[in-house]
Amino acid sequence: MLAGPLLAPDTYAFNAAAPRRAELARADLRKGFASWRLAWALARLDLRNRYRGSVIGPFWMTLSTVLMMMGLGLLYSRLLGLSLGEYLPHLTVSLVVWNILAGMVTDACTSMTSAEGVIRQLRIPFTVHALRSVFRNGLTAAHSLPLIPLVFLLFGHLPGPEALLALVGIGLLLANAFFASILLGMLCARFRDIAPIVANVMQLAFFLTPILWKPELLKDLAVWLPLNPFYALLETIRGPLVEGGGQPLVWLAAILYTLALGAVSLAFFVRFRGRLAFWV
Amino acid sequence: MARIEAKDLRVEFPLYHLGARSLKKRLLARAAVRVRTDEANRVVVSALRDLNFRIESGERVALVGRNGAGKTTLLRSLAGIYEPVGGELRIEGSVGSLIDPAAGMDPDSTGRENVRLRALYRNLDLAGQAALEEEVTAFAGLGEFMDVPIKGYSAGMSIRLAFAIATAMQPQVLLMDEWFMAGDAAFMEKAEARLVNLISGADIMVIATHDMDIARRWCTRAIRLDAGRIVADGPVEPVISAMLSEVA
Repeated sequence: MLAGPLLAPDTYAFNAAAPRRAELARADLRKGFASWRLAWALARLDLRNRYRGSVIGPFWMTLSTVLMMMGLGLLYSRLLGLSLGEYLPHLTVSLVVWNILAGMVTDACTSMTSAEGVIRQLRIPFTVHALRSVFRNGLTAAHSLPLIPLVFLLFGHLPGPEALLALVGIGLLLANAFFASILLGMLCARFRDIAPIVANVMQLAFFLTPILWKPELLKDLAVWLPLNPFYALLETIRGPLVEGGGQPLVWLAAILYTLALGAVSLAFFVRFRGRLAFWV
Repeated sequence: MARIEAKDLRVEFPLYHLGARSLKKRLLARAAVRVRTDEANRVVVSALRDLNFRIESGERVALVGRNGAGKTTLLRSLAGIYEPVGGELRIEGSVGSLIDPAAGMDPDSTGRENVRLRALYRNLDLAGQAALEEEVTAFAGLGEFMDVPIKGYSAGMSIRLAFAIATAMQPQVLLMDEWFMAGDAAFMEKAEARLVNLISGADIMVIATHDMDIARRWCTRAIRLDAGRIVADGPVEPVISAMLSEVA
């Protein structure tokens, strides 16, 4: 007998005539979340490997946000005729959150294909790969989030207790990141053209979403803004921090978008989970 | 008790990224038997076609057949990686696959970190993780190299580590692709002793091999695949000699 550990007994059964897809998908999600430690360890490795040999590592993201903030802050506060004190808190929250959001979406496209080797060799819940992508981006985000209180202190912008609502906003963002990692991860494994399309959409969305500019500049058109899901999500974090809470309509929109993305991605997951090993 | 049962098992491989239509046509024209287009006009390869078999506890099965006969695909299906498009498959018992021993290794991590990573992949608790680490360290014999990123290993060293990790956990159902034989002579002796241990500890072994001596020495049964179908199934010697006489 070997001295090493014994593997726990397990039964794998699949019947193509009655595939019980929903049950299998549920088991995948359950086991995937149960092995969050694995996803966490992998995410930390990803971060370490990405910045191996770099002196300031993931703080490069922070630094580039700072530079962008300073440059754009000076220019756009002038262009929009706003004082720095009015404009910078808005810009900081917007840029930091947007970088996190955009990073999560682009990373979601490779959540499955980057784990190709593992998917084709080991039976691991696919949920783990999606979680890994969420954790990886969450870790990166943790390096630039402190910029927000820093700028707030510098400009004496102190939000009230409603700022705690931003935590709910972050929760929504994470939920969306998870669903996107499942949906985009699988779609991009199957159709290799989707990743570049997503990159283009995100670039366009950066300009169409009030990040550099403020929503009130749209005047009477501002009522249409909640149709932009990126705006709604961004506003659930920016609203509590900068604008004293954010409108109920925007919160409703953000929750609806999250539910919709969740429904679509889970439906897709249930239907095509079994095909993923052939796609990557 | 471990058991494997397959009823009309069918696995098809879609070839998605076949861009040019002409290439598609050429492929279809040449291999009209196994490559075909399905209802959705995709090119699919029938990798396994209507397999029926049952492997009971205590059996050691050799999968034999030419390249592309479907041996590795069958192993992957048994490992639960490829979901069948038809039929039924049931595997009772913990499965350990030695299909690609290097799967899930991170080249930037040290040997020790990779062992821990594998413990996480296999969902081991802390005690299991410690046992795995101790066992692998003792067997791989890498000494201080356990704390060096495996990118810096020689080919022989990485195989030793991969082999040590892959063979450290005792499954009930052992799936192997080809016989792992690599490393220096002293290691090969050790490796063989360890595999013997692993095989005797498992209730079922399924090995895909081209080496008939391995099949004769280790297996109690041979399944011969050809073009995705089972063409012979039974005791090792008759199956192999029939196959060899056909080739000769």
